[in-house]
Amino acid sequence: MSSLIDDPRVIEFDVRTDEMLVNMGPQHPSTHGVLRLALRTDGEIISEVTPHMGYLHRCAEKIGENLTPRQWIPYTDRMDYLAAMNMNLGWALTTEKLLKYEPPEKARHLRVIICELGRIASHLVGMGTYGIDLGSFSPFLYAFREREKILDLFEEACGARLTYSYITPGGATADLPVGWTQKCLEFLDQFEPVIAEYHTLLTTNAIFIKRTANIGVMSPEMAIDFGTSGPVLRGSGISHDLRRDGEEIYTAMYDGYAFEVIAQQNGHYPKDHNYPPVPKEAVLGDCWHRFYVRMLEVMQSIDLARQGIERYHAATDGYGEPLKLKTKLPKGEVYLETECPKGQMGFYLVSDGSDIPWRTRARSSSFSNLSVCEPLCRGCLIADIPAIIGSLDIVMGEIDR
Amino acid sequence: MSGQAFVDQLNKKFGDKISGANLENLDPWIEVTPDGIVEVCKYLKEESSLAFDYLNSVTAVDYLHTDAKKAAKADWEPHIEVVYHLFSMQHKHSLVLKVIMPRWKDDQEGKLPEVPSVAGVWSTADWHEREVYDLLGVNFTDHPNMRRILCPEDWVGHPLRKDYEMPLEYHGIRGR
Repeated sequence: MSSLIDDPRVIEFDVRTDEMLVNMGPQHPSTHGVLRLALRTDGEIISEVTPHMGYLHRCAEKIGENLTPRQWIPYTDRMDYLAAMNMNLGWALTTEKLLKYEPPEKARHLRVIICELGRIASHLVGMGTYGIDLGSFSPFLYAFREREKILDLFEEACGARLTYSYITPGGATADLPVGWTQKCLEFLDQFEPVIAEYHTLLTTNAIFIKRTANIGVMSPEMAIDFGTSGPVLRGSGISHDLRRDGEEIYTAMYDGYAFEVIAQQNGHYPKDHNYPPVPKEAVLGDCWHRFYVRMLEVMQSIDLARQGIERYHAATDGYGEPLKLKTKLPKGEVYLETECPKGQMGFYLVSDGSDIPWRTRARSSSFSNLSVCEPLCRGCLIADIPAIIGSLDIVMGEIDR
Repeated sequence: MSGQAFVDQLNKKFGDKISGANLENLDPWIEVTPDGIVEVCKYLKEESSLAFDYLNSVTAVDYLHTDAKKAAKADWEPHIEVVYHLFSMQHKHSLVLKVIMPRWKDDQEGKLPEVPSVAGVWSTADWHEREVYDLLGVNFTDHPNMRRILCPEDWVGHPLRKDYEMPLEYHGIRGR
């Protein structure tokens, strides 16, 4: 053997490079919940990723077959628990679509305000935890500082801080308290300049750009093929937002609101906001763009919430009393998707004519968004996995249902 | 998107592979036979005037009354439906497809009904079909990886079937 190391430059020889199986999770902090990834690696390079989920599975769909639509609202809270308001809205609108019920105007604007605040809160968590995924702890604290204020507003409106069950079929469980909109406006005024801090901390941070730009690049065709939605889809440059392109019952809520879909078109993002430019390292469809779309949506949601408050005050009708707990559902079936912070959340309701649905189904956006991680992570480094999974902004409660 | 004219057009192209349609429902649907589903889906995706490039969801509904009294009153025979929700990014229109099958293959209890997988048409279908297999017990043939996705691999039964009974015990954990 000694004859082999005649060359003094050779330090190692006969190194075996076997494939290795690495288990990531189910409690890895950067997996956003109980997700287990089985990685097949060749050194640092990933050759195969197999996600294993279901740790939070409680078959909410089966529970929905034993409850009336209003009783199922709390279960929708627990799907995407970071944006429970938006989940409530999706199910409430699905029921209303089946009942052909039209909520009063004031209820519509109330829902817009609440849901846009929910979107901000969800994106703040997405942003903060993404910082942690990449090894930077402070943005998380900055994000939660502002999110706390939104939770305070929600608490005042409905009494809960995480699982609200506020928006129900019919409208909402209660009207906004007196003086609430004033507080909300104050929050928005205070919050808007703070976003610049986030951009300094993450968006334009050189290390952050190095970790996210040109990593996990997803082509528009792939994004559509895998059924991704929300910021993941728009990060690949596809201008598709259900608030504009959805079904009429949902887009009617945003009727008359001024907003643009946040997606890069012809090399540019919509220009009506003041935001940092795209770094030259970033490629459309990479982790940085997905993150950036989320940050721009936060700004847009502030704008929409302001418009909502104005319209809410102008509306003269009621806030929409909840429907009776046991409302007879007409026979038929409906499917409706709404634009939740994480993507398009779809609910499918089959009714046989009684007050309890025959079948309920929740099409989770994170579920489809996560499915893209298999091809996306192939060939990247182990250290890039948290960056890619984090940029998809998944919530396991929604995936496992 | 699914007027009578469109159904006629599909009927002309695929003949008896289009087994029916319901245009009165809020979301009208078109029924396809199991052996025609892949062919029809390929056409719907590739025909440029339709361009259904986005698959929202694949799910299934189990139709069975476990109560004999209710079963006698029902206006349908026990069956299982696989439901596909399609969308077109380009034209912004949607479509619902259904495949209706008996609850068990060859009426032998325990033998799962079979549908060809559309995972080759839309990659979304991969995980969605696994979920349908897991929760409703529909076997998708030619699927690249037909395993359970939400329940553990050694779970017995398909929870969203109407006659499903929770196991008494799972690895020493009491079920009910």
